[in-house]
Amino acid sequence: MLIGNYKENYKSDEAIFRTMRSRIWFGFLLLLIISFPFVGNDYHIYMACIIGINIIAATGINILTGYTGLISLGHAAFMGIGAYSVAWLSNNLGLPFVLCLPLGGLIAASIGILVGIPSLRIKGLYLAIATLAAQFILGFIFNEWDSVTGGGRGTSLSPAEIFGIKLDTEFELYWLILVVMILSLFFARNLFRTRIGRAFIAVRDRDISAEVMGINLLWTKLSAFALSSFYAGLAGGLMAYFFKVVTPDQYTFAVSIFILAAIVVGGMGTILGGILGAIFMTLIPELLGEISAAFGPSTLAFLSPAREVMFGLLIVGFLIFEPRGLAEIWRRTKRVYEIWPFKT
Amino acid sequence: MEFLLEVSLVGLAIGGVYALIAVGYALVYRTTRVVNFAHGNMMMFGAYFFFSFTTLLDLHWSVSIILTLICAAVFGAGIERILIRPLLGRPAISVVMVSVGLAAILHGAAQMIWSAEDFFMPQIFPDKPIIIEDMYIPSNTAYGFLVAIGAIGILVIIFRFTRSGIAMRAAATDQIAATSMGINVPAMFSLTWIYAALTASLAGIVVGSITTLNPSMGLIGLSVLAVVILGGLDSIFGAVIAGLIVGWIEAVTGFYIGAAFKDVVPFIVLLAILIVRPHGLFGTPEIERL
Repeated sequence: MLIGNYKENYKSDEAIFRTMRSRIWFGFLLLLIISFPFVGNDYHIYMACIIGINIIAATGINILTGYTGLISLGHAAFMGIGAYSVAWLSNNLGLPFVLCLPLGGLIAASIGILVGIPSLRIKGLYLAIATLAAQFILGFIFNEWDSVTGGGRGTSLSPAEIFGIKLDTEFELYWLILVVMILSLFFARNLFRTRIGRAFIAVRDRDISAEVMGINLLWTKLSAFALSSFYAGLAGGLMAYFFKVVTPDQYTFAVSIFILAAIVVGGMGTILGGILGAIFMTLIPELLGEISAAFGPSTLAFLSPAREVMFGLLIVGFLIFEPRGLAEIWRRTKRVYEIWPFKT
Repeated sequence: MEFLLEVSLVGLAIGGVYALIAVGYALVYRTTRVVNFAHGNMMMFGAYFFFSFTTLLDLHWSVSIILTLICAAVFGAGIERILIRPLLGRPAISVVMVSVGLAAILHGAAQMIWSAEDFFMPQIFPDKPIIIEDMYIPSNTAYGFLVAIGAIGILVIIFRFTRSGIAMRAAATDQIAATSMGINVPAMFSLTWIYAALTASLAGIVVGSITTLNPSMGLIGLSVLAVVILGGLDSIFGAVIAGLIVGWIEAVTGFYIGAAFKDVVPFIVLLAILIVRPHGLFGTPEIERL
């Protein structure tokens, strides 16, 4: 049982992990993540990498949609911008990977700002549809601008290289993705303890009130767009290095919906929600695949529609029964554990 | 030049069908403030209902249309009651996502029930193309346009002259005032969704006749979304005008610039219009108060 949480100075009040117990648990988690690639097989590591990339993307859209309240239906397009930028920079300018990845993020961020500019005038669902328009227009560019994107066939790139070590296999990329993921999660977690992060939340709750309190709306909304697409660009760049090929159908509207669904299911407006949602939504289709394999090949034809139905049911179910998502379930479970043997 | 006229006519005819789909979106948005991403898939279900009645059960097309409309009405009311009503008054993102989830469910279910294959709809319109002074308009497109305009006309008459239509408009304008006048607002919500499902399935039958029938037919709903926003989310009149505009622009760009541009042009027009008029051409500007 956790009794009280006594703090003696401001430093302990500001800490992310406030109690010794949560620090110990986090240490265990880190240990688990670090030992994971030595224990799991190739498929496990592959899935872990995909989950890591999805977590970065989901955290990005969480900054924009969950924290700032601007619905984006075009997040996959920003990921695509990151991926294509990384591929183009490394193929045509021969830039090393350590420059390519942040540059890809920055290019995605600048496109994000461009898409975000109308956001002061266009609000709510109109803005959501404007981002949908951006998704389709950018997707069209991915498909048609042959000289840069390679058109429908896509473009390939050579593996990432850092300190002369080629990051070629999933095992090596795991560490890269892990480091980027932890850094970006850490940044996002701290962002919402600063003035700008709190301004995002104020804009979400009521943008006019926020303006009255002295928050510059245009600047805040644009920085939300920029940050969120920077995250998307990072995720896209990592995806490019992971698959070593960039094609337009990796970044379609369906992917935008997937990332949005991840934060809806995980819990909007919490960092934990983005993490849990990305893990959950990536693993559920795989689980269905396992189940279908257990029932024999006759069910294989139903697998892809069944995944779709499952995807839809999860979104609808969470919205109706647990609107705050997995993060809330997690919080409740933790609470029961913390104050046991007493009841909430 | 003569091509321009012919292409324009075909484009406007398609635009009429777009208008019918767009009216469904606008109806639902006006009363329940839901942008229904599943509208395209409701349309697809309507088309499949009709296909099942005519081809699989071998009924006459007139009987099938009536049965399809009944099924669509039940379907629309069910969706409203089960999925939409618990979420009324929640933030926009929840309502958007519930319709996205519904779209995924319907798309998957259609593949499970009717398989992912392409089907041809039975020919219900006269097979002879319409020829006006050696301009050729495919018969399905031309008759589809007539069906669409007819359906929109009936809707307008219902809204203008019947008691339930006026009650629906009242519920859309001000829910509290409507309730105090004795209007059953939740029932009006159901009725709106029923009308939306009816227009969707009519549109589905028309679109299925013009192209083919497959589970991805609902994707057309996304391009029609551009139409609705262009006209203004809550304006029926705007939906009709924007439908005609977008149909025409698509046909002309498809013919003169290239088929690949056809799908993306509505969105470019949409962005351009939104920057100038943030609520579309005929949408009501929202007045925000603190």
